[in-house]
Amino acid sequence: MKKTYKIEVDCANCANLMEEAAGKTEGVEKAAVNFMTQKMTIEFAEGADVDAVMQAVVKNCKKVEDDCEIYL
Amino acid sequence: MNKKQKKMLVRIIIAAVLLAFLNLVGLPEIPAMVLYFAAYIVIGYDILRKAGKGILNGRVFDENFLMAVATVGAIALAFISGSHDFNEAVLVMLFYQIGELFQSYAVGKSRRSISSLMDIRPDYANIEVDGRLEQVDPDEVETGTVIVVQPGEKVPIDGVVVDGTTTINTSALTGESLPRDVGVGEEIISGCINLSGLIKVRTTKPFGESTVSKILELVENSGSRKSHSEQFISRFARVYTPIVCYAALTLAFLPPLVRILLMGAGGDWAVWIYRALAFLIVSCPCALVISIPLSFFAGLGGASSEGVLIKGSNYLEALAQTKTVVFDKTGTLTQGVFEVSGVHHCPIEDEKLIEYAALAECASSHPISKSLRRAHGAELDRSRVSDIEEISGNGVIAKVDGHTVAAGNDRLMQKLGIGHTECHSVGTIVHVAIDGVYSGHIVISDIVKPNSAKAISALKKAGVNKTVMLTGDAKAVADKVASELGVDEVHSQLLPGDKVSEVERLLGENTGKAKLAFVGDGINDAPVLSRADIGIAMGAMGSDAAIEAADVVLMDDDPLKISKAIKISRKCIRIVYENIIFALGVKFACLLLVALGVADMGAAIFADVGVMVIAVLNAMRALSAAH
Repeated sequence: MKKTYKIEVDCANCANLMEEAAGKTEGVEKAAVNFMTQKMTIEFAEGADVDAVMQAVVKNCKKVEDDCEIYL
Repeated sequence: MNKKQKKMLVRIIIAAVLLAFLNLVGLPEIPAMVLYFAAYIVIGYDILRKAGKGILNGRVFDENFLMAVATVGAIALAFISGSHDFNEAVLVMLFYQIGELFQSYAVGKSRRSISSLMDIRPDYANIEVDGRLEQVDPDEVETGTVIVVQPGEKVPIDGVVVDGTTTINTSALTGESLPRDVGVGEEIISGCINLSGLIKVRTTKPFGESTVSKILELVENSGSRKSHSEQFISRFARVYTPIVCYAALTLAFLPPLVRILLMGAGGDWAVWIYRALAFLIVSCPCALVISIPLSFFAGLGGASSEGVLIKGSNYLEALAQTKTVVFDKTGTLTQGVFEVSGVHHCPIEDEKLIEYAALAECASSHPISKSLRRAHGAELDRSRVSDIEEISGNGVIAKVDGHTVAAGNDRLMQKLGIGHTECHSVGTIVHVAIDGVYSGHIVISDIVKPNSAKAISALKKAGVNKTVMLTGDAKAVADKVASELGVDEVHSQLLPGDKVSEVERLLGENTGKAKLAFVGDGINDAPVLSRADIGIAMGAMGSDAAIEAADVVLMDDDPLKISKAIKISRKCIRIVYENIIFALGVKFACLLLVALGVADMGAAIFADVGVMVIAVLNAMRALSAAH
């Protein structure tokens, strides 16, 4: 399953870091952050609990970039 | 400016005013020190906090950490050396924040201007309920519903016009600025803007499968395919910062130790630690890290405003290295619609002959009879035709206005024993005999697109070495088109599978970084599109298979856009390299000057921010690459 979230991030490097952090989160198959459109697309692994995974994604992203915002 | 940026601007102003005040008015030591600290905290508290958090989260070497270490170090040095000059620490933080603010403002602004180019997402669809218009989410509109599109609104869902006529602006989709007229029965695609009249549209697809959704999906996913340059930069940034940190550490301790142990001189600790701190300031890779993705964003945005959708910056990079362009013929270089291109050896009026042939063929849905009807123009009166006899593979015989009309190929003429004239033109020939007497033939051929020849020569000018045309058509037709257009190589009578092996052979001929692009109309050539280095689909609106398989989608049918896309990508890549070389060059020069003690901290931060500003401004040039 694939879902797109609106995000807010200031710099392109932070977007890259967020992408990396989100991609490493358990339950995420693939993450793509588009800085240009300020969107994060998450491909969830089979049978993953979307809400729980997204909480973890937000937590991991905040770790690498304090200023980022993900609108669930 | 958003809230965050405004807040930062206020902080910068406060710190700058405080700093100026402290330097102009000679305060006693203690109050001055308090004010310096106030200024430092105002301008740098978030950096310090982020640096602390980074360390807690195990991310030591980031730019916040570098700035925090450098400025705190400078303050400590001022204490130890007894100079109590805190100007430098505040100044460095101030410059750094000004740079960050500029970067965030410029990037945000360019991001908005790029995304506004692609702002085609419709927010609502109008449905008529009890004579009143109701706005609903386009996602909830079922296929087959009649929606109303008012002047000035975007068409939200693909469909067919059932009521009203209007002109539509398709520029967001095709880059074509000329408005198009549409009327009842015509297809209309989502993303167009209705300019003049109110129309009712019966939707033929759900929103999710409409053109506009497909395109948006494509654009939004383009960021996930990264180019080599971007990957290089993120890898570089990962190793570069730690290396500089260790180098700074070495710079702080090695020279003093060498002086003490080997030369027996004083350590000059303050000097070397100061140099090491300045070294740290120069080490931020921001200019690179921000400007390279930004250049690609701008390049992709500039291309999409020209009606060229590129699925990722890796394809932009590949496009810039294109040396061979392979074309499919029908629908790519030619229009793929057959038209009457001549009437030969006809004793009666040409129009009359076409009319008779069209009437005789009126029951057929074959492309040939369609093009005859189009050439005739007016509506056909079918009551004039009777006794239609179709002879499969040969043609038709029918009674028109009491005359027996036979229209078909030379086999039909031979069958009927009618002497006919062979035609030397290339195309499909329809011989016509009226009442058993040969009355000439009609030539029907595919028409070359008006821009095709120009497109081939523009590609040559853009640095493409070889153009190849592949087609399933007969050799005579293919050779004629090829020589008309100036294509280097032509391969005819190919089956779809042959096209793949032909492209593979050409791929094998390419050496080094040279890339091969295949251009097709997306019908039947999906395997070739995905086999080539870069698959370019033309006029792909509505053809889902092409959008899936292709790496680059040309929104309109114009082959001239290929050379434009190559030019845009070349310019973008050039800007990327300029930025890489410029930013790295200045960085290394600064590192050297700092290590030698020629440049101080102020100069270091000034160079750092300056490089970033110039690199960002340079990156923005990629947006206007097409002009």
